[in-house]
Parts: sequence; structure tokens; C-alpha cells
Amino acid sequence: MKALLFERSLPRYAAARVASSVAPGSAARLGPLHLTEVEEPALPGPDWRRVSPILAGICGSDLATVEGHSSRYFEPIVSFPFVPGHEVVGELADGGPDDGARVVIEPVLGCTARGIAPLCDACAGGHTGNCERVAYGHLKPGLQTGYCSDTGGGWSSSLVAHRSQIHLVPDSMSDEEAVMVEPTACGIHAALAAADPDLSGPGLSAATVAVIGAGTLGLTVIAALRRFLPPALLLAGAKHPEQCRLAASLGADQVLDPDGLVRGVRRHTRSLANGAVLTGGADVVIDCVGNAESIDSALSMVRPKGRVVLAGMPGTVKLDLTSLWNREVSLSGAYAYGLESVPGRAPARTFDLAFELVAEAGLGQLVGARYPLDRFPEAIAHASAAGRLGAVKVVFDLRPASRRPTWRSA
Amino acid sequence: MSPRPGFVLDVDRSTPPTLMWHGEGFRLERLPAGSRIVYPAEPFEPIEDPDFAIRQAVENPMGDSAPLSALLRAGMKLTIAFDDVSLPLPPMRAPDIRQRVIEAVLDQAATAGVDDVVLIAALALHRRMTESELRHALGDRIYDAFAPHGLLQQHDAEDPANLIHLGLTDQGEDVEINKRAATSDLLVYVNINLVAMDGGHKSVATGLASYKSLRHHHNVHTMQHSRSFMDQRHSELHSSNWRMGRLIAASGVKVFQIETTVNNDPFPEQFSFLAKREWEWSLRDRAAFLAVSASLNRTPERIKRNIFNSMRSPMGLTSVQAGEVEAVHAATTEQVLREQLIPVEGQADVLTMGLPYICPYNVNSVMNPILVMCLGLGYFFNMYRNKPLVREGGVVIMSHPTPWAFDPVFHPSYIDFFDQVLSDTTDPKEIETRYEESFATDPWYIHLYRTGHAYHGVHPFYMWYWGAHALAHLGRVIIVGGDSAAVHRLGFKSASTLSDALEMARDVVGPHPSITHLHNPPMIMAEVT
Repeated sequence: MKALLFERSLPRYAAARVASSVAPGSAARLGPLHLTEVEEPALPGPDWRRVSPILAGICGSDLATVEGHSSRYFEPIVSFPFVPGHEVVGELADGGPDDGARVVIEPVLGCTARGIAPLCDACAGGHTGNCERVAYGHLKPGLQTGYCSDTGGGWSSSLVAHRSQIHLVPDSMSDEEAVMVEPTACGIHAALAAADPDLSGPGLSAATVAVIGAGTLGLTVIAALRRFLPPALLLAGAKHPEQCRLAASLGADQVLDPDGLVRGVRRHTRSLANGAVLTGGADVVIDCVGNAESIDSALSMVRPKGRVVLAGMPGTVKLDLTSLWNREVSLSGAYAYGLESVPGRAPARTFDLAFELVAEAGLGQLVGARYPLDRFPEAIAHASAAGRLGAVKVVFDLRPASRRPTWRSA
Repeated sequence: MSPRPGFVLDVDRSTPPTLMWHGEGFRLERLPAGSRIVYPAEPFEPIEDPDFAIRQAVENPMGDSAPLSALLRAGMKLTIAFDDVSLPLPPMRAPDIRQRVIEAVLDQAATAGVDDVVLIAALALHRRMTESELRHALGDRIYDAFAPHGLLQQHDAEDPANLIHLGLTDQGEDVEINKRAATSDLLVYVNINLVAMDGGHKSVATGLASYKSLRHHHNVHTMQHSRSFMDQRHSELHSSNWRMGRLIAASGVKVFQIETTVNNDPFPEQFSFLAKREWEWSLRDRAAFLAVSASLNRTPERIKRNIFNSMRSPMGLTSVQAGEVEAVHAATTEQVLREQLIPVEGQADVLTMGLPYICPYNVNSVMNPILVMCLGLGYFFNMYRNKPLVREGGVVIMSHPTPWAFDPVFHPSYIDFFDQVLSDTTDPKEIETRYEESFATDPWYIHLYRTGHAYHGVHPFYMWYWGAHALAHLGRVIIVGGDSAAVHRLGFKSASTLSDALEMARDVVGPHPSITHLHNPPMIMAEVT
């Protein structure tokens, strides 16, 4: 089958890193990712199903990997070579039950998928994103489908998924909406991480929340906050006009240029300033960018004893954490999904909430350009410059030409 | 020989290109045949001995006031308030007229044995002046005698300990002004009158007031009902200030008003071509224009700004009046109109104007986009009596680079106004309703206003309200040569050339518009019939 394969190659890795620094989006032509013929992945066990991807998204973490910017932290928890692609809507394609049905993959490869018993504490509690065994069990290391050499990934015509990873897609949901379920789940998880861990309190109803970044993650965080945990005031920092429009339409009370976000937070919270750091600030800042600049900005606009949620994948950054120390700010990460507590609701799987939110907020609109696999350099370049080009989510379209939307229907 | 009056030129094919200000530069534009250009009058000859004229004025006061010398006595409390850095424009060559007048007042006070004297810069909600600006306005002698002892103050509209509420006007307007000034035995106000709106009761009722007081006339309703605010007969801004001024007088505050007018000669010799009619340019003028333009084209923006900001005007004193406020101001206004008023027949479909680098609120800094709007649609549009130069539903075309640039020290609240308010709405009434109070009471802006050199948090709102009458009157506003993102944020259209702008204007006013160009500055006040 045809697949985009990511191989361990230090020279290519270095070339990708240099190329993306010089010309963002150019890494795919020189880096370790290439289009090739590979064997379909074997089914690892009886509870596994074969899935033919329909649409597979390009995520920020995929770009970091392809462009050689991802952290070495991942080395022990991925296995090479792997087929990337963890935002997947596909069809069951093995002749088993529900064969041909559309499914979304919940890509975390936790204890259940790995055949590990008993489950680790995190998996036992439903928090699969925090699985302690992603490098163990009968599968090769890989924190998610799309980073494991045994499972394949969405950037191909076939992958395998454990039945615990499979969510049936309702007929009412389009392919574009379905491919947004996984990134939306990430947004929901990050949004809910903004809440007080003890949700017996007022949630965020009296809080000012600032969201830095309005790519896919930022926009889904905004939509999730508005639906599940509405704050008193939701401010968003967005760089590009289409991002600004979407952030406002999905629920931000005010959308500001990233450079102006700290000023907006200052004004709305009636804060003073000590140099670049506010004396007060937002109760919660959710950083959906994850670079040194955005984290620094988050720390400067969060109030003393406030919380910064790091939702964007950061990598290696250099930071001055004095203000965090001095103002007793909590810095927490938000990765993937699991079991969520939403005020006024029973605990729910993040993916279940994501199906709901995608449909309610019309998040299928975030899917923009669609590329066939063999146009992957352009796809990567497009995704790398998505905001500037007026796009949010760029996807690989693996449907036969007859099933692809024409420009009119798109 | 008396100076030639201003006039209206009908453009024909032989008319040379017209000089238009374009921020820190100029454009030569050829207006379509049939257009009209309103040219300013030539400057009046200045008074030869201004110090003598000042002494004469204070000893021969107008209205029911006694001479200054008769009002001064040992043991009294004397406050001298003076116009701030927003006047005159550009700043005048030393000695500034305020220095001359205040030295004369201080000489008389010293003769009378007055020891308790405080000087107050009447800032209202403007930024505090810097030391060098104060030294320039007052001279080193006054500065060094008063500033080290805390006797040279800058009005603080946010200092409750130094404000006094004098009551309400019959329209329910709060009158709250500087306590030191209000509780002095005599308040001498030293004014520079550049345009017809300046001076009179506005000097004290606005210059020394608090936000609580100012908000009664610095609002959208007042500005939309001031047609124009340069015309006292039809200005709600004027009426409100007059009500307040009369209440101040009735409260027992004794004001001795000294008003001055300066001639319409704002630019130094090397820029003299700016004040001339293009067909009268000599070879020297042409050479100066070419040299200046070529040099400016090669100069980075910041340096260009510094060059213009260091420009000092040669303007000279043309009149000085002293005494009772209303009598003084009637004479002052008459003199200003004598120098600036030009009869213009009929309104045009399109009004064009070139905007210079400076307005009252960006002295020594960049003219940000909000101030571009204020200068064009607030000041220049309102330089009329009877009716605007452009018809209702017409188009104003302004030439200015309109950079997306702000001075973070002088204009911090402007940055937030531009980012957070104008990105939401440009409607003055909606802006006033939804945003004004939060900016006006923001503790950070108040802190910067009181301790730094920042305009008050509410000031950008006032600048926007200044253009509210024009915004309601016009069908479209186009800026030529501006930063298009900044222009769009203002809610205006952007054009790269004047002919493009005229083409865009035709969509609004029809294919054969009448066009009037305001060749301003030097200042013009149009009497439109």
C-alpha cells in the first residue's frame, strides 16, 4: 500500500530542521518523511480491526516531527519507522462486524490496546492520555497511533486499531466533521483543564480566561470553553483575519492581535503593570501555541495564583520563571484525552464530548485544504502556513476521486 | 501694506499642481479642472513690541475688570494658569508668548508684594508636559524660580485632594475644577488662541477641570450638535463651557483672562513655500521644495519625525487682550476670524485636504491613526461657519501616511482603543456607551496620566467624538497613501493616489463631483454660504 513513512535518519532530520528554519514548510521535501510502498500493518491480535483512512489531518505535533523540531523526549515512546497520522476518520475494512462503517480513531495506545493487565492507574481511572505503559506491552513503543511502527497511521491507505480505540461515526456527521473529532477532543481536554480540579466550585463562571493562539487547538479550546465551561470573559489572541473571525464566532468575547492580548487582559482585569508583567491578570491562560514567546506571554498575563495551561506542544524552550515563582502561578500541561468532569454532568469520555461539540459548533468548517498523499510536500507546506493562508485544518484526502467533493460542493 | 486675504481659486488647465501635506512630507497633486482651492490669507504683520502691548493690555482691561495692578496686593494668593503643550502649532520660537505674558504678570505681582504665586499648566486630560517643554513655554528664568519649589504645577484631573466641586449649571453639568486655582484670590489665565474654538470660558472650565466635569461637553451629543465647534454661535461645546464659566464666576472665582492671537505664519524660512500659492513660487521656492522633498524621501521615518518635531514657528503676536473673560474673548475671536475667515460659495461633493505631521495632541511624537482621524474630521472638517465645505453625504479625501504606530509613553490608552474598541465598532455613540467609562476609570491609565506623560485613558474617545459630526455628515472617508490596515481599522477607505480616491468618491457622489480643496495649514476658517 501507499504510505507516508517517517524513518529515523539523522542527516534527513537535520536537513528538515535547517530547511524549515530557512523556509517554513519546506521540510517535507528534504526530511525523513517520504511516500513509499509498504506492507499493510498486521493485526496484532483478535481485538484489532483494519481501518482504511478517509481523511487524516495534519496536526501541529506532526509538523514539529516532520520539520525536525520535536523534542528528544519522544524518542523512547515512538518506534521507527512509523506512518504518521493520528487525526483519522476511516472505514472498517476487514470483513468483520460493521464492515464499511465509518469510524474515528482514538489514537492513544494505552494499556488495553497494548494487552497489559492489570491496567496502570491512569488507564484504570479512564485517563488513557496519561498511560504509564506507552512503551510497553505487545506493541512497539508509541504513545499514539501515528507514532508506532506496529499500527500504521492515517497518512496511508490502511492502519490497524484496537476496538477500544474505535468510535462509530453517526450517519448525520460528515467526513469533515468526523476528522475534527480527535483535535476537538484535545481542545476539550485543555479547556476543562482550566477548571478548578474540584468542580464543586463555581467552575469558571466568574473567571477571565485568555486563550493564546487560534489555530485548530485554540479554536477548539474556545468552542469547548463556551459550551462546557463558560467563563465570565473569554479573550483570545489570534494573528490572522480568518482566525479572528472563527474565534469570535466560536465564542470568544474579544479577539485581539497576539501582541495586544496582554493589553486586553490588563484592561479587562483593571490591572496595573510591573514592567511587562501585569500586577493582576487573567485567572487562567491557555497557551495553544507552546513556544517560549507564548509561554512567557502567558506568564505575564496570568494573575498571581492563577493557572497557565500548556496545551500547545512546547519542545525545548528557554524561559524566565521568576514571575511564576514570585506570583505562585500554576503551570500545567494538557495532553490528549480521557475521562472528563464537566460541571453539572456525569463524567464523560472526552471523545463523546467531542462528537457532541463538533456537531453543535459546526467544527467541520475548520477543515480547509485537502491533499492526496502524493502531494504531501505541498500539504505540509500548506499546513505550516495555514493561518496566513486562511486555513485551519489541512487534511490528506484518501477517498477515491469519485467520492471527493468538487470545488462546488466543497 | 495689508496682507492679501485668503481666496478661492478655480482650477483650470494652467493651474500648477497643488501642494498637499502628507504627514512628514508633501505631495504635489493635480486637481481636476473645475475644482476649487481655498487658500489661506497671508499672515498679518506681528506687533513690533509685544512686551509693551502686553503691559498695555493688562493695564487697560476689557469688560468690567480692574487693571491687573489694581487686583494685586501683598498677602494675596495668586495662581497663573497657562495653555499647555497643545498650543501653539508648531511650537513657536523662543521666547514663547506665554513666557512674555507670565513674566509681565510676575513683574507686576512682585511690585505689588505678592509672594504666594503658583503656576499651573492647564492640562485638562492631556499629558503632563516634559521639563524641556515647560522650559520652552515659560523660559528658564520662570522655570528655575518656580519648579524647584513645587510652585510650577501641572493640573491633575485625578487628584481629589486638589479638586473642588463648585456646583451644577442650570443644565445639571458638574463644575469641578482645580482647587488651588478656584480658591486663589486671583486666577490669571494666559492663553494662546490659534483657532476660533480656543480660549474664553473654555480656558478654565476645560483646562482646569476634572473628568466628572469634562464629560458633560466632551461627548458625542455635544459634538454632533456643534456645527461647527469652531463657530461659537452654533457650538454646544461653546455653550456648555460658557454655562460652566459663568457658574465659576458666580462662585466667586476671580479670573483675569489674558488672550493672545498669533499670525498665520507657522513655518520657518526653509519651508516658506508651504505658505505660498504654487503659481507664485519663485525659483528659490521650487529649489527649496525639490531639495526638501528629495531629502525627506531618503530619510528614515523616525529621523523625519525628529526633523519636523524640532521645527519652531516664527509666528508673531497680532493681538493681546486682558480683563473679563467674555469681553476679552469677543475681541480675540474677532481678531482670529479677521486673520482666518474666507468666504466660500456653496458646498462641494468632495472635500480634499492634506494632513500635516502635527496636531494638538502629538507634539513631539508620532501622529497615530486616531489623531489622523481627529485632525481631518475633527479639526479641519469643522473649520467652517454656517455649513460644512462638503455637502451631506459627500466625501472627504485626506492625504496622510496614517502609520499603524503609537507612542507608548504619550498614548497608551490610544493603543488599546485602536486594538480593542475600533476593532469592534467605529460608531461614536456605541463606543461612548459601551467603552468610555471603563477606559476613563482604568487605574493603569490614571496612574500613567498622573505620574508619567500619558494622555488620560478617556482621551482617545474624545478624539473620536471630535469627528462625530463629520462621521454622521459624510457618505465616505478616503485616506490617500495611508497604511491600508490602519485606514480600514478606522472604518475608512484606502487609496494609493488622489485620482484613485476621486474615482472611489464618484461611486458615492456621482460621476461629475464638485471638488473643494482646503489648502490648510496655514489656518483657514471658511464662511460657507
